[in-house]
Amino acid sequence: MENKKELVVSAIENGTVIDHIPTQSVYQVIRILGLEKYKDEVLIGNYLNSQKLEKKGIIKIKNKHFTKEEISKIALVAPFATIINIENYKVVDKFQAELPDHIENFIRCANPKCITNSEAVPTKFDVVDHENLKLRCHYCEKFTTMETMKFTE
Amino acid sequence: MSTLKGRNLISITDFSKEEYIEVLDIAEGFEKNPKQKILSDKVVATLFFEPSTRTRLSFESAANQLGARIIGFSDPGGTSVQKGESLHDTIVMVSSYSDLIVMRNPKEGSSRYASEVASVPVINAGDGANQHPTQCMLDLYSIRKTQGTLENLNIAMVGDLKYGRTVHSLVQAMCNFNATFHLVSPVELKLPSSVKMSIKDAGLKYYQYTEIKDIIPTADIIYMTRVQRERFPDPMEYERVKDSCILSADMLKGCKENMRILHPLPRVNEITTDVDKTPYAYYFQQAQNGVYVRQALMAAILGVR
Repeated sequence: MENKKELVVSAIENGTVIDHIPTQSVYQVIRILGLEKYKDEVLIGNYLNSQKLEKKGIIKIKNKHFTKEEISKIALVAPFATIINIENYKVVDKFQAELPDHIENFIRCANPKCITNSEAVPTKFDVVDHENLKLRCHYCEKFTTMETMKFTE
Repeated sequence: MSTLKGRNLISITDFSKEEYIEVLDIAEGFEKNPKQKILSDKVVATLFFEPSTRTRLSFESAANQLGARIIGFSDPGGTSVQKGESLHDTIVMVSSYSDLIVMRNPKEGSSRYASEVASVPVINAGDGANQHPTQCMLDLYSIRKTQGTLENLNIAMVGDLKYGRTVHSLVQAMCNFNATFHLVSPVELKLPSSVKMSIKDAGLKYYQYTEIKDIIPTADIIYMTRVQRERFPDPMEYERVKDSCILSADMLKGCKENMRILHPLPRVNEITTDVDKTPYAYYFQQAQNGVYVRQALMAAILGVR
């Protein structure tokens, strides 16, 4: 019964729950995961009461499990969100979305003079500060931060 | 067997302290005997996507003196680059024509990218404001040659410490050799905090000044750089500080006898010409040392030293 207090939307049979999303990041998570185009059930809740964050967002995605790269994307915009994998209404895996030490492809380098912004070069970054989100470009060696971060199209 | 064979040199941090020293030792041999035809079966491509005088000429002189053939361009005009060819395609093509690529390109990170698509080693001859590692290597060579060692020196750096890439690379490199840094610059052009952090991380000390006279008695090396007018949003600010980073012969009284003045060149007015005749001026020899260091790098990377 305790679960029911937290889960204000119905449970899913198979899929993923992204919990403890900061309220301002919910729609960003949807965007970076491309969930607007997802052709199955997606339940979105925001400004829900939370013991951990006071107010939180939650997204439930039916019949979808995320790749490592997708989880890195979630960690970028919603650090410390909880990823819960569900199968047959049971939690089979639950962990915090954490940034890896290296990120490839989906973020643009903030330096306009970087080669990755003028040629079709996939971007690569080392995460030099996990807490304050600071990425160092593998090519131009300049830093990209939360404030300057943009995702590739 | 040297660890340098087949390596790229893109950033000063690509080589270890031991590897810098290996290159400097090889360069010493070339200074004694620069004309050795050890690369006569090699083709070196020099791709200069933006103009350069000293760097290109010293690479080409170095390659010529070792007997290598040189192909390339000093301006992308008239090449397929102007027709819109990507850097990727240019590099893949040139790789098949040469044994080594030396590249300067205004795009930051372009050399690292070129090294990933090339099938032959790449030496970065400057990628925009990012890295220019062969300049740093020749600075190290000049410091060791004039001081007899790289260890435990007082290195003064003067001028534009904020944007000067040669300054940042030299600080990074000298952090391996227990240096103490004396930083002289207008407040607007102070060394960036990320570079100061690397000094601290190495457990070393730095001191900041706004006037050159304060560092004259302690410095073993004075590394001068140009303060550019365009770095100042307010022209009045430039006028106010522009003379604070000019070194003239009369200011050198009381300096250490072993002190030498370095400058990556071109000089404008930051070192007055009366300094040239003093025994402390070393900037022209420094530029000459660039040939020996580039010979050493090419020979080591191509595996003939």
